[in-house]
Amino acid sequence: MDTLGHLAQGFGVALTPINIVWSFVGVVLGTAIGVLPGLGPALTIALLLPLTYKVDATGVFILFAGIYYGAMYGGSTTSILLNTPGESATIITALEGNKMARRGRGGAALATAAIGSFVAGTIGTLGLTFLAPVVVDFALKFGPAEYFSLMILAFVTVSAVLGNSAIRGLASLFFGIWLGLIGVDLQTGQARFTFGVLELLDGINVIIVAVGLFAVGETLYLAARHRYGQDEILPVKDSLWMTREDWSRSWKAWLRGSAIGFPIGAMPAGGAEVPTFLSYFTEKKLSKKPEEFGHGAIEGVAGPEAANNASAAGVLVPMLTLGLPTSATAAIMLSAFQSYGINPGPQLLMTQGNLVWGLIASLYIGNVMLLVLNLPLVGLWVKILAIPAPLLYGGILVFATIGTYGISQSPIDLILLYLIGGIGFLMRKYDFPTAPVIIGMILGPLAEQEFRRAMTIAQGDVTVLFTRPLSLTLLILAALAILSPYIYRWWMQARA
Amino acid sequence: MQARSTGAIAVALGIVAVGLVVGYETTQISLSPAYSKVGPKAFPTMVSVGLVLLGLALLWQAWSGAWTAEDEDETQPADWRALGWLGFGLVFNVALIGFLGFILASTVLFASVARAFGSLRPARDLAVAFVFSAVCYLGFVKGLGINMGAGVLERLF
Repeated sequence: MDTLGHLAQGFGVALTPINIVWSFVGVVLGTAIGVLPGLGPALTIALLLPLTYKVDATGVFILFAGIYYGAMYGGSTTSILLNTPGESATIITALEGNKMARRGRGGAALATAAIGSFVAGTIGTLGLTFLAPVVVDFALKFGPAEYFSLMILAFVTVSAVLGNSAIRGLASLFFGIWLGLIGVDLQTGQARFTFGVLELLDGINVIIVAVGLFAVGETLYLAARHRYGQDEILPVKDSLWMTREDWSRSWKAWLRGSAIGFPIGAMPAGGAEVPTFLSYFTEKKLSKKPEEFGHGAIEGVAGPEAANNASAAGVLVPMLTLGLPTSATAAIMLSAFQSYGINPGPQLLMTQGNLVWGLIASLYIGNVMLLVLNLPLVGLWVKILAIPAPLLYGGILVFATIGTYGISQSPIDLILLYLIGGIGFLMRKYDFPTAPVIIGMILGPLAEQEFRRAMTIAQGDVTVLFTRPLSLTLLILAALAILSPYIYRWWMQARA
Repeated sequence: MQARSTGAIAVALGIVAVGLVVGYETTQISLSPAYSKVGPKAFPTMVSVGLVLLGLALLWQAWSGAWTAEDEDETQPADWRALGWLGFGLVFNVALIGFLGFILASTVLFASVARAFGSLRPARDLAVAFVFSAVCYLGFVKGLGINMGAGVLERLF
């Protein structure tokens, strides 16, 4: 019952008027940027990182959490009505949801997405509430060697397992780790990779990298590719009230989607793509009307949307309990912790109990606000979609300038921003994933720290990583994650 | 078998080059003997080796035609005119933000981006851009206390 007591204490924090305002601002902003194609939660939170210098930590994290959850809700509206998924996790929603909207069932699609997001978000948050203390108990036994191996596992899964190519994913990751190493080494005071540029001694700010990749790179790519034609926004003709049949086809899909999404999100692998795809194929298999799939089946919206939201809650488990971010957004939130001088990790729940439990409680509150904001007010959000692309991207680049120039009013930062934007453009064009860059940049230096700690304890003996059972297990899992597709292929060939 | 992509080969070579630069720079980190076991060079060395190996693997994939990897829609060539406008806006911004100030530099940036995205109404774009930049300036500088530097118009506020 300890957990419930902590949660009650969390609600005490989250329900203060100022924190309710932060949560509200977060979910409104999150929904808006989720609706707008081209803006995502990672970029938005990166742009808002300077708030960490002005506002207390609890308020900022409640705001960020609201943005994080809100973007999921907003994203589904866009993929249903516009068929241009804002993020990869909503591709599946676009598949069936857009077909439903074309058949004049847009209202039902929006309703099942929003209510499904609410159900899954609440279940996921419950999962977070009760799983977090358990993981912390377990994680307290970790030494530096175990941490390092755990980070290796996370590195491998976020870069090599998700995405189209393990090699390109790992290349992105190594590039990100390198960016993270630039600057003064905190243990020895040595400057590394500064190329004689004074500004680089402090390291590259994650804001610049996130904004460069997600705003500048994306804008360059879209402009070069002509992908900015005004898509047709489908009108919502039917009622937002779901029929009895809609309900009966949706609720099981919501629950199954949550059951698939939360555990996968909570694993050190993370990612919302896998659970949404899994949920989609599960629903297709179990549906009494499989022939509707591909033509607007409501289960095909309900399940993946729920899986998406539940996995978003799941991602917070390793983030808050282990300090292990498995998505770009989580990595940027982690850097916000660092900016407050808070060490994320298993001690977080104890040393920052009010912050963490307040954050978790605010997720329950945010979910309720989001349901209200998204269902009756969906017409308002659709209006945001009508902003013409030239003005939208003009605005995004002005925000990018503010985020970057506001750090230190240095043109060097802007030049760095454009360089990274150019790299982001090439990465988009040649199909390199960008999230591993951010994760590598934040997690890389932490992994180095754990590695050096482990080596100091073991007096430079690298075998310590393989002789401690838990560490060895994690490394074997990481190796399996990389090698299993190759082994599988080899095995199939050997059999044939 | 798909055609070999020169772009993909160039990208792979670029990754190898970054790996080599990282490796060279790692040797330039001066090391105190106290940290000889696992010092500030261990991780950079791993990153350097990793990048070179991954770059070589990609080079092999690109050379054999297994990786062309330009995404599905390669039928249209890149829109250089759009990139030109964007590039102009970005360069103008970085060159003149210190002199003109955030509001004017951002107005030009915004309008050039709009032009790059196919807008043919420069007057409207400039007007929207100016109002947007001024509102952003007021919101971020006065509201959130973020320093955006001085400038021609910024003095007035």
